[in-house]
Amino acid sequence: MERAEVAIVGSGPAGLSAAVEAKKFGANVVLIDENSRPGGQLFKQIHKFFGSSEHGAGKRGYQIGLELLEKTRDLEVNVCPNTIVYGIFNDKKLGLFNEYKSEIMEAEKIIFSTGAYERSLAFPGWTLFGVMGAGAIQTMINIWRTLPGKKILMVGSGNVGLVVSYQLLQAGADVVAVIDAAPQIGGYGVHAAKIRRAGVPILTSHTVKEARGEKRVKEATIVKLDEKWRPIPNTEKDLEVDTICIAVGLQPRIELPSLAGCEFKYLPQLGGFVPIHDDNMETTVPGFYVAGDSAGIGEASSAMEEGKLAGIAAVESLGYLDKKEAEEIKGRIRQSLLFLRIGPFGKPALEAKKKIIEAKRLLI
Amino acid sequence: MSEGIIFTGVPSKEELKKAPGIPSKERMMKGPVAVIECIQEIPCNPCEAACPFEAIKITSPHVPYLDEEKCVGCGSCIPACPGLAIFVVNMAYSDSKALVSFPYEFLPLPEVGSEVEAVDREGKVVANGKVVSVKSSEKYNKTVVVTISVPKEFAEEVRGISLGRSKT
Repeated sequence: MERAEVAIVGSGPAGLSAAVEAKKFGANVVLIDENSRPGGQLFKQIHKFFGSSEHGAGKRGYQIGLELLEKTRDLEVNVCPNTIVYGIFNDKKLGLFNEYKSEIMEAEKIIFSTGAYERSLAFPGWTLFGVMGAGAIQTMINIWRTLPGKKILMVGSGNVGLVVSYQLLQAGADVVAVIDAAPQIGGYGVHAAKIRRAGVPILTSHTVKEARGEKRVKEATIVKLDEKWRPIPNTEKDLEVDTICIAVGLQPRIELPSLAGCEFKYLPQLGGFVPIHDDNMETTVPGFYVAGDSAGIGEASSAMEEGKLAGIAAVESLGYLDKKEAEEIKGRIRQSLLFLRIGPFGKPALEAKKKIIEAKRLLI
Repeated sequence: MSEGIIFTGVPSKEELKKAPGIPSKERMMKGPVAVIECIQEIPCNPCEAACPFEAIKITSPHVPYLDEEKCVGCGSCIPACPGLAIFVVNMAYSDSKALVSFPYEFLPLPEVGSEVEAVDREGKVVANGKVVSVKSSEKYNKTVVVTISVPKEFAEEVRGISLGRSKT
């Protein structure tokens, strides 16, 4: 394989945006993904995105994905699907495994946009068939158009739980209830209101105590929690469900930044350990960048902006852009990121990102 | 249980009263007008650009403000809202009936002229309604705008139609 000026690992919203920006200014870009097609989670987002018009607000996630793919095609970005990055050697050599062969690719700049893992939740019966992650369910209903079950218990009222509940209703399933251990709904009120109007109850301060069934889930017991999140005796309720969807949050996927020797900071608001990075998205190891969920859990619009930022910063350091021009573009992207983090929902991410950037400054 | 959008997913009466996107009672009586039930600050603004009459402004706090005099109730904002939080209510439709328009993203679509169960913000059936129009266009980007007529006294409660699912 040829040498890449910019190698991007992960072709979700952040990786695609980084690739488009970097290639636009003339760099030789290779976009690598372990999946059979690029797009990450974008193609299963069938709902309209928030944001302002510059973020594609009002477009549905998959439509934004199609636009990004078209741009990578027009710019002739080298996309390598079905390719696993299994290691990083001698500074910037990536170990790739593609179907039947492995090879080494050298890169000058590397951007990690590797996304996130879903968190799980253990309870008696959690290994039964029918207990699934929200990501898998969303893939089944929106990509493969297959209903995983007919009566669903959704665990988690963050935006993922609320959006997937709505999409399950659209797909024809019955969402019996959405529960959340927290005393408040985690996601946007407008997402919650949509499923309430459709008749779905949302029970805060509730958790799943047990799932029962022989071959698959047949019934779930939920229980109310007190203010210290302890189950309140005699508040159990049995629900007849065949599927329990777990939507209890995400954590950044950081194995590769870890192999590269990047330093981390633990920030629960961003989903756990996050690679320390500056406002160019560059990590503590020069030439390695992060963007999107692997740089701290957020939503897709912010991931795209972070991807652009990393792409621009990478080509700037390669000399494709002079400092003045680059600062102008990066300034606009940073403003756009600030917009996406306004209000009570954006504030935790905004503050955590400030801490991450401050951590990098202190290390220099 | 505590009231309010963050506890129940349903905006409380108090929250709706304070929301700057909700028109006054007097304005409601005059004819069609947008009812913007967006009360949390989220990074979003397509409703502003969607209004051909510049009746929606997002200022500070970052929620939509409705200029009820400029609004003619055209409903362009309904499919533009990614949160599906905008409705149009027409209290001047007839002596006994009002019209409620809302975004709809389920199949099958209701048929014009059919009787439907009108539901409130909690999905509870509160009245019988009749489908007056079902509008879609490329610009709506797959969100359909359904308008139903309901007895006037339910116009402030009705925000959709029943999907015919079992309730717990």
